[in-house]
Amino acid sequence: MIEERTTQPTRELNKSEKRFVGYHVIFAVAALSIGIQYGPMQALEHAGLDLYPKLSFLASSYYQGLTLHGVLNALIWTTFFITGFSTLVVIKGLGRALKYPWLNRIGFWMMVVGLLTTAVPILAGKATVLYTFYPPMEASAFFYIGLVLVVVGSWIEGYGMYFTFYAWRKENPGTRSPFLVFAILVNMVMWQIATLGIASEILAIILPSVFGWTSGTDPQLSRTLFWYTGHPLVYFWVLPAYASWYGMLPKQVGGKMFSDSLARLSFWLFLILSVPLGFHHQFADPGVPAAWKFIHALLTFSVAFPSMMTLFTVVASLEYGARKRGGKGLFGWVRALPWSDPSVLWQLLAGILFVFGGIGGIINASYNVNLALHNTAWIPGHFHLTVASAATMTFVAISFWLVPYLTGKPLWKPKLAVIAGWTYFGGMLLFSNAMHVVGLLGAPRRTPLGLAPYIPEEWAGHLWRVGVGGTIMWIGLMLFIVIVFMTAVQRKRLPAGESIEVPIAESLQDPQDTPAWLDRWKPWLIASVVIILLSYGPQLYEQITQVQLTSPGITP
Amino acid sequence: MSDDVQQGDDPQDDESQGDTKQRMHVDPYERNWIRISIGFLVFFVIMITIAGLALGIQVPTDEGRVDPNTLDSALPWSEPGLREIVPGEEYEVYIVARRFSFEPREITVPKGAKVTFWATSADVQHGFALEGTNVNMMVIPGQVSKLAATFDVPGEYNFICHEYCGLGHAVMYGTLTVEK
Repeated sequence: MIEERTTQPTRELNKSEKRFVGYHVIFAVAALSIGIQYGPMQALEHAGLDLYPKLSFLASSYYQGLTLHGVLNALIWTTFFITGFSTLVVIKGLGRALKYPWLNRIGFWMMVVGLLTTAVPILAGKATVLYTFYPPMEASAFFYIGLVLVVVGSWIEGYGMYFTFYAWRKENPGTRSPFLVFAILVNMVMWQIATLGIASEILAIILPSVFGWTSGTDPQLSRTLFWYTGHPLVYFWVLPAYASWYGMLPKQVGGKMFSDSLARLSFWLFLILSVPLGFHHQFADPGVPAAWKFIHALLTFSVAFPSMMTLFTVVASLEYGARKRGGKGLFGWVRALPWSDPSVLWQLLAGILFVFGGIGGIINASYNVNLALHNTAWIPGHFHLTVASAATMTFVAISFWLVPYLTGKPLWKPKLAVIAGWTYFGGMLLFSNAMHVVGLLGAPRRTPLGLAPYIPEEWAGHLWRVGVGGTIMWIGLMLFIVIVFMTAVQRKRLPAGESIEVPIAESLQDPQDTPAWLDRWKPWLIASVVIILLSYGPQLYEQITQVQLTSPGITP
Repeated sequence: MSDDVQQGDDPQDDESQGDTKQRMHVDPYERNWIRISIGFLVFFVIMITIAGLALGIQVPTDEGRVDPNTLDSALPWSEPGLREIVPGEEYEVYIVARRFSFEPREITVPKGAKVTFWATSADVQHGFALEGTNVNMMVIPGQVSKLAATFDVPGEYNFICHEYCGLGHAVMYGTLTVEK
């Protein structure tokens, strides 16, 4: 064995830092607890049970509910949880306070104001445009302004993290940056590059049209800008989960991180390859030349590569931990993993589901194969395996140690948290499989199929499974919400002298042996910009120079 | 996989020397996995290229633009419907999508016909997917969408709007009938 270097900072978060991270978690879980109420309503609607008239206080239409479901779960729960978790990782990982805590606070409260500004028009029925808000369908201006505030707020929190890292770097020249901090910062930088698309779509095209300053929008250009952000958005959700799988889960199972340098290499590849592939969401678009679609298909395949490396490193780290725990056999070691630890369990199940999500993603990216599934129920079936499994289940898993860490209280009913994990997992298998199958049979997405006049008999069995699966998933996540809520409000505290540890795994290799080129930002940032210019530049130039603002806004 | 995968190149090196290291340590298992991953991805790319070039399964491409506000004033969009190019063999159909219906809503072609579908939208974004075929495209105001299919099996095929276009979205569809 190598000598173990005790480079791990021992400084814990102080009270106000814990409170600041806690606010993120509160808003994230609150958004989730509203957003998921619409899930079973949609799923049961597909199965023929229309709850909307009975629950009209929740949503006046299927689409208003769907807008809330998408915005609150996929945009708000994720963004708030990720910025909070990232803040914790930066402080704990670097072992130092934020350089400018006020900057992070401004960012956070801007996100809160943005959330409320977006939520009010949606709840009032003035923004039933779904979370893709494709022009010329038009929502209240507040909906867009709120979204911009959430995004810019997250940028500002990101700036706060950069300043903190920069200060640490000056204090610790020559030391490899801690892996988790590095991973979180890569995600933040990627997010800031990626969200330029959605920001320019809203500020340059949509809002001028909503305010009546222009004659309308150019829907095709809007889609191109939207998907410039739309796909990397998925990586923004998933990379923090990867960070936990790489850098925390090994510690939680009693092992070490298998390879520090390959973990870093895969994050650098995510930085440069997550953005330049948005046209794979536009394979069916009329206004994008097929050649560009093909190029983006190839780039999408290339970003699958670091995910496959992740699969190897994570499983290898798990195996190392399991063998140290006495696991034996070619596959028998799996049994030695601590399946009864709710935080471990939810991450293991998230990883299993994400294997199917990854396979589905490669299928979606396959250019002409996409014709068989574009905009069918397959797509929500797919992304419930990414954002609702890999990301959400990992954030749930993190909450199971994070909330006790922040509150100093033990997790409420850990056994129930294990049951909740298996429940959600089972519901997801049922739901997602049925959505994939019925999608291949031709069922469109974002459609209340109970109202559709064209449903053939053969879809019925699958739609019924959608309803049952969606309801079971809802039970799993409701249990999670009850558990974190009870954990936070209970009177019981951790026994004196006991404290919760932030799980930070050591690497099998000494991180100091990781080559220096894997810890330098400049070359990778330049590569990122160059690849984006090459993959998007010519098409963006063409679409912008030929812009036609001929589509006036239409209220849905 | 065991502890001996550990090969810290130089146990003595201190923090300042760390920066001079350029070599990356890769475990042999990992190296093989990387090879397998790349092999898979290359294989997939070859398959979709064959499907695109040899089998001719194409995705929509840039077909020019149109002003969605003046569709009624000029051909072909002022007269949506079926055009016979070669009787019994080749057809074109021009489809205008409007909330919440397609025009034409019903299309009839003979068995064996190759039909090219042209579509555009007069208002918001719509979708057009014809069941049992590879015809699946976005219908976007200002843009012209085009895909083709050949119909060898008589029967009724629904075409469905698959992009949310407003409250009536779920009832937006039409039917293509292939005669015997």
